[in-house]
Amino acid sequence: MRMIENKVEKNWAGQRIVSPDYLLFEAPREKHFMTGSEAVKEAVKRASVDASVSYPITPQSEAAHLIGELWAEGYVGVYFRGENEFGVMSEVAGAAMAGARVITTTSGPGTLRAFENFPMWSGTRIPVQLVLMARGVNSPLSIQPDNLEVDFLLDTGCMIWYAENVQELFDMIIAGFAVAEQPDVHVPIITAVDGFFVSHTREAIYLPPDDIALPPYNPYKSPMPVIDAEIPPGRFLRDPFVMKSNYISYATHASWQWEVRAAIERSRPYAKHYLRGLTEEFGDKDSDIVFVACGTAASQAKEAVRMLEETEGIKAKVVKLKTIRPFPYEELVEATKNAKYIFIPEFNVVGWLEREVRKALYKKSNAEIIGTPRVAGGMTMPKEIIVKEVLEYIK
Amino acid sequence: MAYKIYKVNEEFRDIVPQEVIDLEEKATWGNPKRGVMDLPVSKELLEEHSLCAGCPESAAIRYILASLPNPEDTIIVNSTGCTSLVFPHISLHTVHSLFGNQNSVASGIKRVLEWRFPDKVKDVVVLAGDGATVDIGLDYTLQSFFRQEKITTICFDNEVYANTGGQESGLTPKGHVFKMAPKGKQFEKVPMWQLAIDSGCHYVARLTVSSPKKVERVIKEAIYVAREVGPTYIHLYTPCILEIGLNSDDGLDEMRSRDKERFAFFEYKTPEAEEVIAKYKAEGLL
Repeated sequence: MRMIENKVEKNWAGQRIVSPDYLLFEAPREKHFMTGSEAVKEAVKRASVDASVSYPITPQSEAAHLIGELWAEGYVGVYFRGENEFGVMSEVAGAAMAGARVITTTSGPGTLRAFENFPMWSGTRIPVQLVLMARGVNSPLSIQPDNLEVDFLLDTGCMIWYAENVQELFDMIIAGFAVAEQPDVHVPIITAVDGFFVSHTREAIYLPPDDIALPPYNPYKSPMPVIDAEIPPGRFLRDPFVMKSNYISYATHASWQWEVRAAIERSRPYAKHYLRGLTEEFGDKDSDIVFVACGTAASQAKEAVRMLEETEGIKAKVVKLKTIRPFPYEELVEATKNAKYIFIPEFNVVGWLEREVRKALYKKSNAEIIGTPRVAGGMTMPKEIIVKEVLEYIK
Repeated sequence: MAYKIYKVNEEFRDIVPQEVIDLEEKATWGNPKRGVMDLPVSKELLEEHSLCAGCPESAAIRYILASLPNPEDTIIVNSTGCTSLVFPHISLHTVHSLFGNQNSVASGIKRVLEWRFPDKVKDVVVLAGDGATVDIGLDYTLQSFFRQEKITTICFDNEVYANTGGQESGLTPKGHVFKMAPKGKQFEKVPMWQLAIDSGCHYVARLTVSSPKKVERVIKEAIYVAREVGPTYIHLYTPCILEIGLNSDDGLDEMRSRDKERFAFFEYKTPEAEEVIAKYKAEGLL
């Protein structure tokens, strides 16, 4: 059997095994300059990944190619191109059920084609990691940055984290495995970034050395028996079949679904540790003008905070959400307790983050919640637009 | 060997149900010569079944499970339909995932088990109905053949969507009237066995389950070829006696009558498959 003991010192690629804490917080780091897709490769290279299945779709294709290169170099155990995203997400599900640490990537329409798999992933309690490089969904056809698809994923029972930039994407992929594989969590993790803005943008990034890696996944710590005919019970159907017409089966199904959501809740302390908090603040802490954002909308909001201060003398702050599932309710309430105006800039037409924020702050904040600016279909969100919107509201 | 996972914990032996103790004591583990002739004397890997009385599919599943050469290291993947109702009764590690994705899930499982256990034989077998294999799952079935996945795919063809109440499927013969085809099916039965050959399967068989010994031979050959060469496909006629208006004791006669026509025994083997089969015959395993 391939090495799965945490005590072994090297993985199959000859990398020294270190703890997630060492890899994320303690190992010396060197500065590099690379795109988000290249950062995915660097993260996977240090994550002792057993298997990955890929399918081409812009803008995630390059990240998927680079994982393939890692397979060719001996860092990843199993890799191939699947037939389409529905097949790919089922192939990685099979791989995870058989005891593999798995990562895959997709974007936009691919996410929708794969969709039936996501609630299946969470229901079958596999800690698959999906790097989602968000892109618009049809119709009309678009390949531009837009994160509408994240809205569709919110209630699939998967954890959803949102990285702002290339550095955060690298760190979140590593932290994602560390959190998703906790025996009391053990649900899928979707690590989202904005397509192109992060996948194709070259930025400074600090990386630990590439001769160290995460401990290999130990499937025998899973809360569900791994499908390898090596572990009791001998008679085991994954997933449990509760399709009988009686109240016990209905209650079993319901409690299973609630347990998936409870598992996401139990990820909070681990995510807080490995992400150094579920939220991050930028700007004047006591300001009554607050932007709540995730991804590159947070980057643009930070620029707007600088511009408001420089050109108008107005102080503001950004509360960046790093996790969407679990949603950082307490952190958001605390961070907005002095707010009079809460602006939610978003890259989609529906304003799903605005809805989430309204729900979280209902009866907990007297601030005016303003879902603007909102751009979509590949439109950019210049800081000037954000500042203009703010000035219109607060005058 | 993995059949140790069937050993009963001594502390609990007095409260463990008899059928679980029987699995440890009377099932045929670690014996590749096991087969349908063991059915009356050994513990079956199917604990009763939940299909209609006299359902030929239940007979097919019993024969298949009795014929697996390596049940202690066999993973079975299925799909939604009547077969999925039987899965909780199978005493192996099994997967029900979605409707139609069975060959994708099986591909992931097989590849990872080869990666995790390079020195062990782990067989992966797909059991699914005609809707799952040929309609909703056709893409994933054929793509797993194209990719030369080392899995055995078994299709239970009852020529209809039985579990959802009798709708026409791609494997319904032309002209048959079912729900969703109220004027009779407008196109020919899909020749899935031929598609399997064209898509790269190394062993293909089409038969009814009227002869248990024949089913045993076909299953063993398909699994050995899949283990050593690549994808294999078995197409079984398991009529839905309910949907075609037959009685519980009519299934066998129905299959025997089809043995002479559209389910006449058909077999295809590539030269590589012939070689593997000859090798196992020489070892006395076929």
